[in-house]
Amino acid sequence: MTRKTALIQGNEACAHAAVYAGCTFFAGYPITPSSEIAEVLAKELPKVGGKFIQMEDEIAAMAAIIGASLCGHKVMDASSGPGMSLKQELIGYACIAEIPCVIVNVMRGGPSTGMPTGPSQSDVMQARWGTHGDHAAIAIAPASCQEIFAETVRAFNLAETYRMPVQILMDEIVAHMREKIVFPEPGELAIVTRQAPFVSPAEYKPFDTSFGDIPPLAAMGGNYRYHVTGLNKAPDGFPTTKAELVDAEERRQLRKVEAHAAAIEKNEEYLTEDAEVIVLSFGITSRSARFAVDSLRQEGVRAGLFRPITLWPFPEKRVAEVARKTRAIVVPEMNLGQLVYEVERVVKGSCRLAALGRVDGEPITPYQIIDKVKEVL
Amino acid sequence: MAFNYEKYIRPGKLPHIWCPGCGHGIVMKGLIRAIDKCALNKNRTAVISGIGCASRLPGYVDFNTVHTAHGRAAAFATGMKMADPGLTVLCVGGDGDGVAIGGNHFIHACRRNIDITYILMNNHIYGMTGGQFSPCTPTDGFASTTPYGNPDPVFDIAKLAIGAGATFVARTTAYHATQIDKLIIEGIQHKGFSVIEILDCCPTSYGRRNKYRSVVEMMKQHKELAVPVTAAAKMAPEDLAGKIITGVLHKEDKPEYCEQYSRLIEKVQEQAAAKG
Ligand SMILES: Cc1ncc(C[n+]2csc(CCOP(=O)(O)OP(=O)(O)O)c2C)c(N)n1
Ligand code: SF4
Repeated sequence: MTRKTALIQGNEACAHAAVYAGCTFFAGYPITPSSEIAEVLAKELPKVGGKFIQMEDEIAAMAAIIGASLCGHKVMDASSGPGMSLKQELIGYACIAEIPCVIVNVMRGGPSTGMPTGPSQSDVMQARWGTHGDHAAIAIAPASCQEIFAETVRAFNLAETYRMPVQILMDEIVAHMREKIVFPEPGELAIVTRQAPFVSPAEYKPFDTSFGDIPPLAAMGGNYRYHVTGLNKAPDGFPTTKAELVDAEERRQLRKVEAHAAAIEKNEEYLTEDAEVIVLSFGITSRSARFAVDSLRQEGVRAGLFRPITLWPFPEKRVAEVARKTRAIVVPEMNLGQLVYEVERVVKGSCRLAALGRVDGEPITPYQIIDKVKEVL
Repeated sequence: MAFNYEKYIRPGKLPHIWCPGCGHGIVMKGLIRAIDKCALNKNRTAVISGIGCASRLPGYVDFNTVHTAHGRAAAFATGMKMADPGLTVLCVGGDGDGVAIGGNHFIHACRRNIDITYILMNNHIYGMTGGQFSPCTPTDGFASTTPYGNPDPVFDIAKLAIGAGATFVARTTAYHATQIDKLIIEGIQHKGFSVIEILDCCPTSYGRRNKYRSVVEMMKQHKELAVPVTAAAKMAPEDLAGKIITGVLHKEDKPEYCEQYSRLIEKVQEQAAAKG
């Protein structure tokens, strides 16, 4: 059997993967470098009976996908920089109301309009803390077109499993580069759909935790009638200010991710077993890092690569473990220091740590990484 | 026989948060009677709001209800209606919610002519946050943030909606309770985006500051200023200054958004089938 292959862009891979994952609703607002995702889905979704809508702004796009998700659809939205800033309030709404949705952020430099066409990795912390208030977060950062496909499918699965927004963080290079991808056959990748209620409409509560920390979600418009609010709410969905209920709800929402971190985390490790120095890197930068690691090995430096694919929750246990066995960790990222602080937090001084930042709109080269490694050793 | 509201009020959710004399309760009762008259299936009806006193309405009524974020009701509702075009979708909210922070969503929902009925309770003020001025506070009126009188001009919501493409636009006041039902029924039955502006009263945050001795006085003013649209047609513009024109101000048939999109899907799928 010959498998279907194509030479496509990261953004295109992401859009096709959404359809594969069962996405039937996309709302967006055009912005470079994410627009191809909307363009492909405007074409593909009607073919499968799905819907595409270009909204009046990014806030409206977030609102529309949350509304459609409440009606039972798997939903996606894609944006960048200023658009992501606008979405933050309603990302918070999706967190507190526990609405599954996937948001793609093709990162550009910033703040503000920044550099629309240059690659960046400067929204690492926004993906974790962008919306106000305590909340859980899941963010995934793929590094190749094939991986974008698989990780987009996984993003939908995670959103549906944990009833929450999931962000896919890409940079302009992975989004726009063309690579050969092999399309998975239908059924080849697991597809997860949100848990439907176990109880009758009369007994249903939208935030019922009798079945665990992740309450089943009924589609609005079916037989289950309920209320949703962005206020702190009781298990029945209605607003509450009762201290113990608010506290329990807030903590449960964090626990949804914390308690399942092992299932959500995903890392790639390359030659880390005996490494005296580890380059910890994600997205397009990890591809320069891999090249640097190979070159350093040829020179006799025992270098390794640790690549978090899930950025949030941050793989803290595993990073702490590898840090104990190595002399130094170098964190190259296209920003002026974001993920490196997370590494610092978990490494707790058990090895040397060096940051390598670049924000001029050019990717970090293997040579920059090699120089940094030599400097730190 | 007196109308039985209980069928539509969620058990245990009353008393509501509204102040004595607030007009929002009158609108809620009108909405319930209208839905009853239209014999809507509760499971197939959704009521969506933003944030504000008016936007607390969905919590009390037994439908699919979403209390969204400030100003975003129309955008959430657009997603829901697109996702499930058979669902009857109603938006409710205040003037600040609908045409200040939510103004962009409001005009684009009008433009799309998506089949949603938007009930806008215009009490000329931000009630929930304690009486700051809204785009509908009369010029020279008093609000907590216009201590010297309001320097801003006022939005004419109906004109805004008509200009933006809404295909059913009506206005009444909280005094004209039976007209509220009638206009909401017509709005629900109309295929397309329907806007029903209800001039409402907020005795607490607006009345007090603007020298209305009681809510009765505010209602009386609504009664006195109201001119039915048929009568207004025969009046000179100068005689209409300061009046509230009530009734159906605009109605036309234009393609509805979800129907247009369904046709697009059909076309795309037919083309794909023809290609094999
Ligand atoms: C993004 C955001 N900005 C501001 C607020 C604060 N806020 C809550 S309600 C409200 C105004 C409500 O006024 P209106 O919509 O006219 O309704 P009313 O309370 O008069 O019924 C404001 C400004 C908010 N909740 N969210
Ligand atoms: S503050 Fe005004 S709008 Fe709010 S409940 Fe009281 S009277 Fe009604």
